[in-house]
Amino acid sequence: MPKLLKDQQIRNDDFQIRQQGPKEPFLPEGNVLLHVSSIVHAIKANGQHKGQVGIWFDSSDEPETVTHTLNQFPVIAVNFPGFFDGRGYSLARLLRERWDYQGDLRAIGDILVDQLYYLKRCGFSSFRLREDQNPDYALAALTTFSGNYQTAADQSIPVYRLRHQL
Amino acid sequence: MYKYDDYDQQIVDERVLQFKDQTRRFLAGVLPEEEFLPLRLQNGLYVQRFAPMLRIAIPYGMVSSTQMRKLAHIARRYDKGYVHFTTRQNLQLNWPRLEEVPEILAALASVQMHAIQTSGNCIRNTTTDQFAGVAHDEIIDPRPWCEIIRQWSTLHPEFAYLPRKFKIAVCSSEQDRAATQVHDIGIHAFLNENNNVRFKILAGGGLGRTPMVGSVIKPSLEPEHLLSYLDAVLRVYNRYGRRDNKYKARIKILIKALTPEVFADKVETEWSYLKETAARLPHQEIDRVQSFFSEPDYEELTNINLTDLALSAEPDFQLWLRRNVHPHKKPGYSAVTLTLKATADAPGDASAEQLEAISDLADQFSFGELRVSHEQNLIFADVPQNRLHELWLKLRPLNLATPNQGLLTDMICCPGGDFCALANARSIPLAKSIQRRFDNIDFLHDIGELDLNISGCMNACAHHHVGHIGILGVDRKGEEYYQVQVGGASGHDASLGKILGPSFKMDEVPDVIDKILRTYVELRTPEERFIDTCRRVGVQPFKEKVYAKVA
Ligand code: HEM
Ligand code: SF4
Repeated sequence: MPKLLKDQQIRNDDFQIRQQGPKEPFLPEGNVLLHVSSIVHAIKANGQHKGQVGIWFDSSDEPETVTHTLNQFPVIAVNFPGFFDGRGYSLARLLRERWDYQGDLRAIGDILVDQLYYLKRCGFSSFRLREDQNPDYALAALTTFSGNYQTAADQSIPVYRLRHQL
Repeated sequence: MYKYDDYDQQIVDERVLQFKDQTRRFLAGVLPEEEFLPLRLQNGLYVQRFAPMLRIAIPYGMVSSTQMRKLAHIARRYDKGYVHFTTRQNLQLNWPRLEEVPEILAALASVQMHAIQTSGNCIRNTTTDQFAGVAHDEIIDPRPWCEIIRQWSTLHPEFAYLPRKFKIAVCSSEQDRAATQVHDIGIHAFLNENNNVRFKILAGGGLGRTPMVGSVIKPSLEPEHLLSYLDAVLRVYNRYGRRDNKYKARIKILIKALTPEVFADKVETEWSYLKETAARLPHQEIDRVQSFFSEPDYEELTNINLTDLALSAEPDFQLWLRRNVHPHKKPGYSAVTLTLKATADAPGDASAEQLEAISDLADQFSFGELRVSHEQNLIFADVPQNRLHELWLKLRPLNLATPNQGLLTDMICCPGGDFCALANARSIPLAKSIQRRFDNIDFLHDIGELDLNISGCMNACAHHHVGHIGILGVDRKGEEYYQVQVGGASGHDASLGKILGPSFKMDEVPDVIDKILRTYVELRTPEERFIDTCRRVGVQPFKEKVYAKVA
């Protein structure tokens, strides 16, 4: 089972990710993530299904049309088809800062140790690591830097405000 | 000059540790090559034809003598004893060993330098006017803004994996010496009717395969919103820039596809959400950064008549005064260019010994600071005019007093086929043969201001499209050929050159240039520079002369 880094801990990620499809998705038992194209089903299933229901966005998806529904879901995931596809960083910041998503924001797909620090700063709260990644490195990567130059979606106060105790 | 505080130092130090660990994992086989690639690129490390190449940031071209001595030491200890200055005011080492790069980065950090984001698909080193702070036509000092942008762009978590690289240039003088119109973002500072600083923002300029001049997307921006506005531009680009084809991935392609108006609207919408957040710059921080760029301890001097000074000394000194000495906003001071373009040196190269000697001279003549220009030269920004002759005498034996600033032989040249794996053709040997052919300094002075740019392939590292004469290496059935164009320019009146016609072999190029120059001499009016004549007469007369059948 894939490893999930969340709240400073490594655990198994028991969410099943349903791929995008034309039909009404089949919901397996347990925790599940549906693609945003099935959001109507996800909303319906939410609360009735045995297990948590969340939705996921691909890097090219535009959450703009579904923003009012987001906080119904305990988990929202953003997929990185390749670690070099940087669109997910902007999506995460938008989900957190613009659309005020409060639940668990999860990075899924090609999630590698060396991108975790930036992912965290953009608002992700959990990381489904690619199978070959070393969990110990992953934990350490979250604290690579002790200060930051920019505002982002994490709690860190940017250096240009810290300097003046703002 | 900006000095790191504990925050800056810690970020750079932690970056060195991060890369050290990544290099260790790569060498141990834990981190695969394709995953290490963007990490090493964002720490300045390319792997090239013969060896890795390390590109070191010289933020907006400012470097102290202490830093320069450290660079000399690094060149000697970790490389072959010389360095190469680039058109982006950076410095490259051509032969470092990958295993030693973390050590080099640590040495750089010890003098407040780094190689962060000098390559890769991220926000690169911000560039500006090499005469910033001393230019006679300056509206405000652009350097504090470059430093503010440097900090904002450094390790920006949202924009480390953009569709393509991203370059920002700032200009705040009448004359644009930073080529801002051919950058992804160009920032022009000006004073509005109430004497408040405002920025005009251009976007979508760039060279490479599809050269374009940038469009204005924001005519007037308040300084405290600079970072939030940049965030908005980058976010629109990051989300919508093409990722399917790396030749169509620059922001210029997106802006062209959407039109500048639609792009500007999208940015405006994005920005409306960002501008009143913590991304707004506190005035305390603007003041703090500006305080690092206050004037040095200038003496009270009066201007010397440079013509009189010239007549009192050697003829070579006169030429040097004419070409390499520039006006300064302070009475009695001048800025001086040391061109790294002596005949038989690769353009932009300097040896460790030269760097050390230059550092000593910077201490003696120019408050211990130097600038790197995008023409690949070095500059002493604050030289008292009454010591110009003394300085010249000291530069001569170092081969650093070539009086060719802005002339034909002060060319911009990329590393080309001698170093670069992407090259179609070599550029350095061509540069040398042109320098050898045109080494008559009187002839060069008669021709006057002329930018010659040589790129070894269409990636356009030497900006050949905006050279008055631009040369591009092309591949014709596996052989090196050179395409020649005329009429490009990079200032406020930026324009792209026009190709003359079929390409030439390397040994034909000096003759072609000779014909172009002769055509100019025949056609010019007394007032006209080369570029003016080109604009007036168009490419046809040059074409006819160059391709005329020998009778
Ligand atoms: C030998 C190693 C080098 C390699 C492999 C290399 C590669 C490239 C490539 C692939 C591009 C095109 C990027 C694009 O259009 O998106 C580019 C652009 C550029 N390079 Fe280099 N380069 C090298 C050295 C240099 C040097 C030494 C300089 C300075 C003299 C330089 C200055 C530039 C500049 C200014 C551009 C931007 C052109 C533009 O505005 O699009 N490069 N380089
Ligand atoms: S222009 Fe081409 S040949 Fe020259 S350095 Fe750039 S990529 Fe290499």
